[in-house]
Amino acid sequence: MASEENHNTFDVRRIRADFPILQRTVKGKPLVYLDNAATTQKPTAVIDALTAYYTGCNANIHRGIHTLADEATAAFEATREAARRFIGAASTEEIIFTRGTTESINLVAASWGREHIREGDEIILSTLEHHSNIVPWQMVAEERGARIRVVPVDEDGAFQYEAFLKLLSTRTRIVSIVHVSNALGVVQPIEDIIRAAHGVGAQVLVDGAQSAVHLDIDVQRLDCDFFACAAHKIYGPTGVGILYAKHSILSTMAPYQGGGEMIREVRFTGTTYNDPPFRFEAGTPNIADVVAFRAAIEYVEAIGKPVIRAHEEALLAQVSERVLKIPGVRILGDIPGRIGVLSFTVDGVHPQDIGILLDNQGVAVRTGHHCTQPLMHRFGIAGTTRASLALYNTSEEMDFFATSLEKVVRMLS
Amino acid sequence: MKMETRPSIRAIEEEIVEEFALFDDWESKYEYIIDMGRQLASLDTSYKTDAHRIHGCQSTVWVASEYLDGRMQFHADADAMIVKGLVSMLIRVLSGQTPDDILNTELEFIDRIGMTSHLAQTRSNGLRAMVRQMKLDTAAWKLKQQNP
Repeated sequence: MASEENHNTFDVRRIRADFPILQRTVKGKPLVYLDNAATTQKPTAVIDALTAYYTGCNANIHRGIHTLADEATAAFEATREAARRFIGAASTEEIIFTRGTTESINLVAASWGREHIREGDEIILSTLEHHSNIVPWQMVAEERGARIRVVPVDEDGAFQYEAFLKLLSTRTRIVSIVHVSNALGVVQPIEDIIRAAHGVGAQVLVDGAQSAVHLDIDVQRLDCDFFACAAHKIYGPTGVGILYAKHSILSTMAPYQGGGEMIREVRFTGTTYNDPPFRFEAGTPNIADVVAFRAAIEYVEAIGKPVIRAHEEALLAQVSERVLKIPGVRILGDIPGRIGVLSFTVDGVHPQDIGILLDNQGVAVRTGHHCTQPLMHRFGIAGTTRASLALYNTSEEMDFFATSLEKVVRMLS
Repeated sequence: MKMETRPSIRAIEEEIVEEFALFDDWESKYEYIIDMGRQLASLDTSYKTDAHRIHGCQSTVWVASEYLDGRMQFHADADAMIVKGLVSMLIRVLSGQTPDDILNTELEFIDRIGMTSHLAQTRSNGLRAMVRQMKLDTAAWKLKQQNP
């Protein structure tokens, strides 16, 4: 099997050497970084690209006539092309740079939403959504008199597709669904969701914050209308997000913010707007981080997502098996195809205690509601402990994590 | 007014610092804190209301206070064990002290036992928020005594 061969040639020690932060210690112990769903660490290629940009070609982009401005513009636009390739968009005009997934969703809710969502219309979300894919829609729904409908999940955190179909109607304007749940790692049947939504004339936004790093994304094949993700969860810098939207939508969509860059002509009698994507990129963007993001995309592409995923799947299976043997442990979202995340509770033990005691052993995990309070409410819990994986995690780390957790549970019970 | 002699805030802080000096690894230190959490009498559910709740991101802490014979008495509870142990130390230091002593003393033991990272969290469930709440309660009781 090709993927197995690739997995065998995947040398995690060599990968680790690319991430300087993994050499550091925490409280005198080697760092075991398992908070990758919150943000991934950055390879030297990304850190060097940031330094090289400020050292060699810092200038403001698009407007300058001088050499530095040309070079900076070329580097910035080269990331747009890399991002286009990374998610399979048809054209760079469909790639808007934002501050992150949150801003990407807010942009759609504010610009597209205000224009297309009317009183009595419906917005479909799911119980799995991150707050950033709930609150922007609540804001526009309140303003417009629209209604939010929520697709439930079952006990295992599985998206209830049949219930979703029942919620769909001609009143549905947009379906905005998380591709891979940040809290559980469960994957939604996004292709079916998109097809069914289009069947009633609704648009679909895919929240790809967690999926873009693990799954091969092809927005043209998915046929989604919007796709949102962030560089910092793909081994890239913080402060950079992508919003993909179909050109046919962008060409008529109203601007999000006003300012420089997004205009064609400004008069006090009236202003005309620039074409997409620039219409949606008011002001000086986060040039350096966008430029460095290309290094992250190329880093992931060079290794290949299927190879990375095979590695992460093996680790997840290994760690899940050991953790399940600890008395009182319950894994949430324990369904086939779960990606990159081990989210669990321990009977009678508060996640915060687990997090603090793991940190004392050098293990970084996330505890709490993971910005998915409705999902935690669905399970009747305050939060979980979440270990999330990346390509640089090792089998030894999985064992160390499980042993550390055993110790923590002993101390607390 | 009954004036029993009881150790000052500083003296109790010193005791705690000496106790923690005995631990030479993180495990025994945290086991001690967890143990103190277990021993703290749980708060009557009638006090577990929003009015007594210190809102935090992860764990929930409730603090109640009363004013008896010129001294403050504190009671607290938490749903996480380490935080409960930490708040029990605050009670040990502050409960039974006079309002003036509580309001005029900056606590030092938190830094000195190396727990600052949990206490200085900007998240409002840091112990800093609990100390602030206990001082606010104290100031309120004091005001009530002055203007009955």
